[in-house]
Amino acid sequence: MIILTILAIIFILGGVFFFTTATIGLLRFPDFYCRMHATGKGDTLGALLAVTGLAIYNLHHGFSLATILVSIKIIFIAVFIFLANPTATHAIMRAGLDSDVEPWTKKEVPK
Amino acid sequence: MVREFEDVIIQTLCRFLVPFIQLYSLYVFAHGHSSPGGGFQGGCVMAAAFVLIFIAYDLNEAKRRFGEKALLIFCCLGVFIYAGTGWACLLLGSNFLDYGFLSKVLPTDPVKARYYGMAMIELGVQIAVMAVMVSIFLDLVTRGEHEEILEEKGA
Repeated sequence: MIILTILAIIFILGGVFFFTTATIGLLRFPDFYCRMHATGKGDTLGALLAVTGLAIYNLHHGFSLATILVSIKIIFIAVFIFLANPTATHAIMRAGLDSDVEPWTKKEVPK
Repeated sequence: MVREFEDVIIQTLCRFLVPFIQLYSLYVFAHGHSSPGGGFQGGCVMAAAFVLIFIAYDLNEAKRRFGEKALLIFCCLGVFIYAGTGWACLLLGSNFLDYGFLSKVLPTDPVKARYYGMAMIELGVQIAVMAVMVSIFLDLVTRGEHEEILEEKGA
């Protein structure tokens, strides 16, 4: 069971790392599209890793039917995040493009 | 302002996700007795599935699938199921929503009758909440003008 705990720690720390990079990107990047680029990828992978880590950690109580069922439900959440999050990013990006949000270019560097 | 917005990625994902969201809504509804969940939450999740259809497709197409008339019928049906269960208890000689007396008509003991009565009113709440949520969304997105603005845009 110690192996499962170590694996869960690795997964959750990986998730936290990607959430952190996504947040730094959201705060530091210059315009709407760059920020969506950072959060869209970072949040998806971060949530995926963190939720998978929780599913593995849940198994450390022992492999009974109840814990395996709970883990499968958590994995379902991960799958749906993996599908829905990039699509939501795409939709927001597309809506920004449709409502004429200007992309940041090198000419107009903010002072 | 009703914007035409067609996107194959969003529509494909919507077609894939909507059945699962509806299934999850029924799961939340069915576990309302013993764990977090119930009619209101299940109804909101179900309404979210329909709102997803309304967002991913254009409004005319979505209203053809689930129109104003159907929404009103479902809304009234939900209230009817809730109030009907309550009044059935009243007619059987007890208080409003005192489900134990339903055992006189249901082939079960009073404890099980209480369980089924609770499931019945949760069903009513789920249907009514779902219809009203979608209806509120439609009111907001068409700015309360419903059919007219859509017909002008569609023509």
